[in-house]
Amino acid sequence: MPTMLEPTAEQIRDEKLYQQMGMTDEEFAMVEKILGRLPNYTEIGLFSVMWSEHCSYKNSKPVLRKFPTEGPQVLQGPGEGAGIVDIGDNQAVVFKMESHNHPSAIEPYQGAATGVGGILRDVFSMGAQPIALLNSLRFGELDHPRTRYLFEEVVAGIAGYGNCIGIPTVGGEVQFDPCYAGNPLVNAMAVGLINHEDIQRGIASGVGNTVMYVGAKTGRDGIHGATFASEELTEDSDEKRPAVQVGDPFMEKLLMDACIELVKSDALVGIQDMGAAGLTSSSAEMASKAGYGVEMNLDLVPQRETGMTAYEMMLSESQERMLIVVKKGREEEINELFHKYGLDAVAIGRVTDDKMLRLYHNGEVVAEVPADALAEEAPVYHKPSAEPQYFRDFQAMAAAEPKVEDLGGTLVSLLQQPTIASKEWVYDQYDHQVRTSTVVKPGSDAAVVRVRGTDKALAMTADCNSRYIYLDPETGGKIAVAEAARNIVCSGGKPLAITDCLNFGSPERTDIFWQIEKSADGISDACRALDAPVIGGNVSLYNERSGEAVYPTPTIGMVGLVEKLDHVTTQHAKEAGDQVYLIGETHTEFGGSELQKLTDGKISGKSPAIDLGVEAARQEALLSAIRDGLVRSAHDLAEGGFAVALAEKLFGTEGLGADVEITGSPITALFSETQSRFLVTVKPEDAEKFGQRVKDAKHIGTITDDARLVIRSADAGTLIEEEINRLETAWKGAIPCLLNSAE
Amino acid sequence: MKFAVIQFPGSNCDLDMYHAVKDVLGEEAEYVWHDEADLSGFDGVLVPGGFSFGDYLRCGAIARFSNIMKEVVKAAEAGKPVLGVCNGFQVLTEAGLLPGALLRNRDLKFMCRNVTLKVENAGTMFTAEYAEGDELTIPIAHGEGNYYCDDETYSKLKESGRIVFTYSGDNPNGSVGDIAGILNEKGNVLGMMPHPERAVEKLLGSDDGLKMFQSIVKEWRESHANYA
Repeated sequence: MPTMLEPTAEQIRDEKLYQQMGMTDEEFAMVEKILGRLPNYTEIGLFSVMWSEHCSYKNSKPVLRKFPTEGPQVLQGPGEGAGIVDIGDNQAVVFKMESHNHPSAIEPYQGAATGVGGILRDVFSMGAQPIALLNSLRFGELDHPRTRYLFEEVVAGIAGYGNCIGIPTVGGEVQFDPCYAGNPLVNAMAVGLINHEDIQRGIASGVGNTVMYVGAKTGRDGIHGATFASEELTEDSDEKRPAVQVGDPFMEKLLMDACIELVKSDALVGIQDMGAAGLTSSSAEMASKAGYGVEMNLDLVPQRETGMTAYEMMLSESQERMLIVVKKGREEEINELFHKYGLDAVAIGRVTDDKMLRLYHNGEVVAEVPADALAEEAPVYHKPSAEPQYFRDFQAMAAAEPKVEDLGGTLVSLLQQPTIASKEWVYDQYDHQVRTSTVVKPGSDAAVVRVRGTDKALAMTADCNSRYIYLDPETGGKIAVAEAARNIVCSGGKPLAITDCLNFGSPERTDIFWQIEKSADGISDACRALDAPVIGGNVSLYNERSGEAVYPTPTIGMVGLVEKLDHVTTQHAKEAGDQVYLIGETHTEFGGSELQKLTDGKISGKSPAIDLGVEAARQEALLSAIRDGLVRSAHDLAEGGFAVALAEKLFGTEGLGADVEITGSPITALFSETQSRFLVTVKPEDAEKFGQRVKDAKHIGTITDDARLVIRSADAGTLIEEEINRLETAWKGAIPCLLNSAE
Repeated sequence: MKFAVIQFPGSNCDLDMYHAVKDVLGEEAEYVWHDEADLSGFDGVLVPGGFSFGDYLRCGAIARFSNIMKEVVKAAEAGKPVLGVCNGFQVLTEAGLLPGALLRNRDLKFMCRNVTLKVENAGTMFTAEYAEGDELTIPIAHGEGNYYCDDETYSKLKESGRIVFTYSGDNPNGSVGDIAGILNEKGNVLGMMPHPERAVEKLLGSDDGLKMFQSIVKEWRESHANYA
């Protein structure tokens, strides 16, 4: 029996206890109307968590409807654990990205680790074998001790979970900016492979079929995690540490292997991860999606603590659990399957035809609510939005070049900016090779993982330059998708689809909601232009600490198909004598650039512009040249501009250099962040063909064997002449140096 | 030649080992689950990497009590080749088939990168296809690969040529004498932290590990032919 008396239905109403669970007076009234009576404590708990932003998208739904979600390649769009895209030969790729920002802000190791665990479950609950992990991380500046702690622990948490479960962490990105100091962003992405006939859905259908619980036992950890994820962080947030779950990657490895075996069984009806809102969301959503009801006896739920109440069990977010529905009478064979992995599958309920979620505990009905009401009937809010003054001010600013005296020294400084600097310190801690399929490892534009048994591969990346999005959400949203696609194309792949993780501040603020709307418009336009629909994702709002919102950060996770392994291309120059081409012209565009941040200490003005038609045409031309074997290396120009990109092409090549000539104002030519540009190297004998194929490509010089970077100007002589070794040392040492110098 | 790839709960390089043998080497391989009790049908035993039993308590400490380990010991006693890689090496030291222990890396962090290995002894059944002094590019991926043994054991290993691989140049984890892989007294049990099974295809960066598997097969074929 519970040791603590729960409040009565009347107390909940009179003392407005629902407010502590994040529900408004109006929402409470809606619940009362749906039930035709006052909800008890367990029931209001179910509603509060299912109607949280995290589970219901009640604030973001109107925005999410803008996204293009269809295409001939899409087998499963948003709405299931993860989206699915066809890759031919009866195979499909399953992927999704999800945030774990709030837990990571207060308990970085476990917050990040369970983020990895959660996204993996989303993928293997579809029946897919996970083949790769990526992540997208954002922190404050590394000169702050708490930021260093968060950074080190988040990376350790991702490593600890991913390495143990044995899925390679093959790529990602890390950005540093003061706006993330109080609220870091931890977005994890998982990619899996599946045969078409094995695709599973989270449905509870067939009256009398059995609801089974598999995986770890339920404890009191993570209670109300989804609610916590749907509010701003404050100075008191550390007290919410109990709302953070603890991960067990070993348990998840067993669960993963068992579930992948399970999907081959025709006894399985439906399967869903117990993620956010645990037992509540999995049961209510599976019933609602199937048009059935579910009743469960909570006495049968495996528990690792004594005296747990119905409320605690239903709201726990203990990790590594799955809810499955199996055909009546087949329970024993399912149990045997799990038993091999040392796991129990416990029958805890059955499917009914009355569309209710009904819970029994200690012989009594403790909750009885319509499943649809929980899963589908959360209120939808159309939040007011307004264009903020800051945007108008930035748009009114004229384009200007930052003042720079020492061009070579500036290049070194840019290479040392932690957002640009080598992330080797990070990915060295991730096992990026396990499963022996990683063809392109971290450190190139996109990671490439082969599809074993075929000549195909998948290119994958996670990208978002949130500075551009802050300056101009619509343009920045377009750029985020375009940059992800550039990375895929540079690796030899054709973009298939995206998953997005929409990280923003509080939607209650009109300026933030305007950012959400505008960036969604930009993302949608770019997805259409580049033929990469949105197949799933996640929304993380309220990323604020004591009133300060993060930059709008809709992270884009993209997967592309490399049709033949021969097409796999990396960013690194290959051989002396190869010809260097720059694709795309350069304008004076420094708003949100690394150079602007370096010289001004902050960002301002207009973000770089982007023409999606030009972008799509260039990507198509480059990909066709790659597929025809005309390209030896390809790299997109991103943070830091031309000089940084060219230096990056030479790092890790052991002795190669470059001698190139550029035109126009040196500072613009070297450091502007104009979009839709690529640096490509081509064998001399292919140069003519390549020039014909890629019309916007301009020949600018040659790869040399003297390990020097020489950049000349037609009018101003030699602009930069540096030893690659010196540049590479600065670029590689920057993050370790920032972490060590302070200890 | 038929290899057993041992699977403990939490093994995760079993797949890599299996494909290296089957797809690249073209030999037979079969997974053997940890609670099975018979390896008599196999000619060689591969103990793969991963996190057996979550590496809870201590790496390899729980796995050594699995049913199959009695059979692995038997196979070693019978002179069959037994190769333990990474977590497999840890399991073999815990089981007493190899001396010493694997401690946490000197820098206390997991590391995944290519390292350069030096072949110290090319006269073993695992290295006959190499030449002494060959430098190999082989990946490591471990948090606890810092090999430790006492001075007496080290001298014994060194004198008897049982240090098969050392790290050349940077020692990534702080191991005694730069040790990367060691042999048992009889010469048929090899434990190593680097992953030769990850270095059997140029596509993935290096095929320097392939000769190790080829050495095992060649030795087996030759000894088999002698009996015939």
